[in-house]
Amino acid sequence: MRSPDVQEVLLSVEGVSLAFGGVKALTGVSFDVRKGEIRAIIGPNGAGKTSMLNVINGFYHPNQGSITFKGQTRARMRPFEASRGGIARTFQNVALFKGMSALDNIMAGRTLKMRYGLFWQALRFGPAQREEVEHRHRVEEIIDFLEIQAIRKVPVARLPYGLQKRVELGRALAMEPDLLLLDEPMAGMNLEEKEDMSRFIIEVNDHYGTTIALIEHDMGVVMDLSNRVVVLDHGVKIADGTPDQVKRDQAVIDAYLGVAH
Amino acid sequence: MFYREAGQFKTTYSADMAIFPIRQDRVTLGALLAFAFIGVPLLSYFHVWPFGQDYLLRAILLPFLILALAAIGVNILVGYCGQISLGSGAFMAIGAYSAYKLGTGVHIPLAWLGFDISIPALPVLPSILLGGFMSALVGILFGVPSLRIKGLYLAVATLAAQFFFDWVFLRVPWFTNYAPSGSVNAPELNFVGWVVDTPIERYILCLIFVTVFALMAKNLVRGNIGRQWMAIRDMDIAAELMGIRPLYAKLTAFAVSSFIIGVSGALWAFVYLGSWEPLAFDINRSLQLLFMVIIGGLGSILGPFIGAAFILILPIMLNLVPSELGVPLSTETITHLEFIIFGSLICYLLIKEPHGFARLISLAKEKLRLWPFPY
Repeated sequence: MRSPDVQEVLLSVEGVSLAFGGVKALTGVSFDVRKGEIRAIIGPNGAGKTSMLNVINGFYHPNQGSITFKGQTRARMRPFEASRGGIARTFQNVALFKGMSALDNIMAGRTLKMRYGLFWQALRFGPAQREEVEHRHRVEEIIDFLEIQAIRKVPVARLPYGLQKRVELGRALAMEPDLLLLDEPMAGMNLEEKEDMSRFIIEVNDHYGTTIALIEHDMGVVMDLSNRVVVLDHGVKIADGTPDQVKRDQAVIDAYLGVAH
Repeated sequence: MFYREAGQFKTTYSADMAIFPIRQDRVTLGALLAFAFIGVPLLSYFHVWPFGQDYLLRAILLPFLILALAAIGVNILVGYCGQISLGSGAFMAIGAYSAYKLGTGVHIPLAWLGFDISIPALPVLPSILLGGFMSALVGILFGVPSLRIKGLYLAVATLAAQFFFDWVFLRVPWFTNYAPSGSVNAPELNFVGWVVDTPIERYILCLIFVTVFALMAKNLVRGNIGRQWMAIRDMDIAAELMGIRPLYAKLTAFAVSSFIIGVSGALWAFVYLGSWEPLAFDINRSLQLLFMVIIGGLGSILGPFIGAAFILILPIMLNLVPSELGVPLSTETITHLEFIIFGSLICYLLIKEPHGFARLISLAKEKLRLWPFPY
């Protein structure tokens, strides 16, 4: 079984609170993600899982608390700065660029790595052309890895849901992130698609050494994939530990099954 | 009539990413360009019908080329980057008047500062290109609100640009070199020794501009910056989380788009009109360009050409066909018919095929690839 031998902390969330007016989405949540691990964030609906991801990649700014990524602490950060720092993300409801082909979507993930400006691109000659081809090579590796060769030129709007999810993972991988945030990567999939996706997640973690934080509702998947699990309920952290510890935690069982009053 | 890729194997990524990866496309385009560059001048030189008179060149092909160029500019902003603009006419005007000022010499009296700024008259080619740059600068300025406002609200902000510049060029006599009538004349069209005068020369000149700019626009939209524009158009939040800066993507789209529109405005004024008033670039021009883009195809470079052709040729057809068929229509009826047809066509296309004629063509091509055995 994969277990991260490095105990180095890649991301640490310290006492993060987030409120939308009177609604408290997160209250004093703290946890860390170690380098090379798969970290699951679970919790009942409305627990604040997606808000947590949005805070991590700078889409929401926490009212309190701080986030330390790769040793740098910050309270406010623009989303593109987070991606520049090496955080990639997929979305609960697929957020692909609908008008573009699968290939272009994944190529768009390479934006940050491309340097040549407008002028060279307009001429598309010399360095700009070479750069484009060079990145195409990297993108084709990802396409091979995700086994989506056959659909690379198909506009993504025409693809079935499972494949769209896969293209979205490819787009995030194209950024070569240090930390990959997956928001319900297996929502709405059948068993076979779930198995495929689990395989990809494990391989990404194994092969590229990418640290992964994922939100998932399928407990079987969560327990099998993740090294450590953090459980949120009503914006509060109620448990944190290995899948086995979490499974036996009374607070977690109460949150999921309810308590007799 | 076989449009097939079968047997055309690509062994390198650069071949696969070429501008026209399919051989049939390359042949078609080559033939079209050859006809446009060599065929049309020859036919017109030997007075072959319908190129016998200058009418076709002067009244159809010339405006077609220039408006297609402007529509490419509009399409970059509206079709590729998804920012609705109703100010295209204003950007054409900025290109035209800037080129005019630069071509006739700029003199800014700053007596209250104790000195004047004078720039001698520039040759016509740099004036046209600098006119484009001036338009790009103003485009960037009016693009800044797009970071805050989207969709219809942005359209209204660009509409403000339209009315503001209509007013400026009408009311500030400095821009028209204090011409009493408000109408100005283009300087002599001397392109590095080539004096463009006859309709055929004007046509060739515009053809060169259109070919070069269409090629560069195509390169941009299929490259990294084009992907950024489309990413912002399709899902701006996801784009931002992937490291695309909305500021950069939107403002480059405004800049490139206004540059192309500005150059086409200068061409429209210098090459097509010769002498013009601000009315040539009013709100109707903006709407006309927007219609071209919608009818031709949002988010394609072919679309503006189809849209421009359609919008220019339909009125002529409405003039000619009924009278040929022996059903004479009055001019008013024809104008009304034009409105009815354009209006219903735009409604139909927006509902049925938002990507316009260009998408219909690419669908037809896709079908042809498998025809006649689609399974």
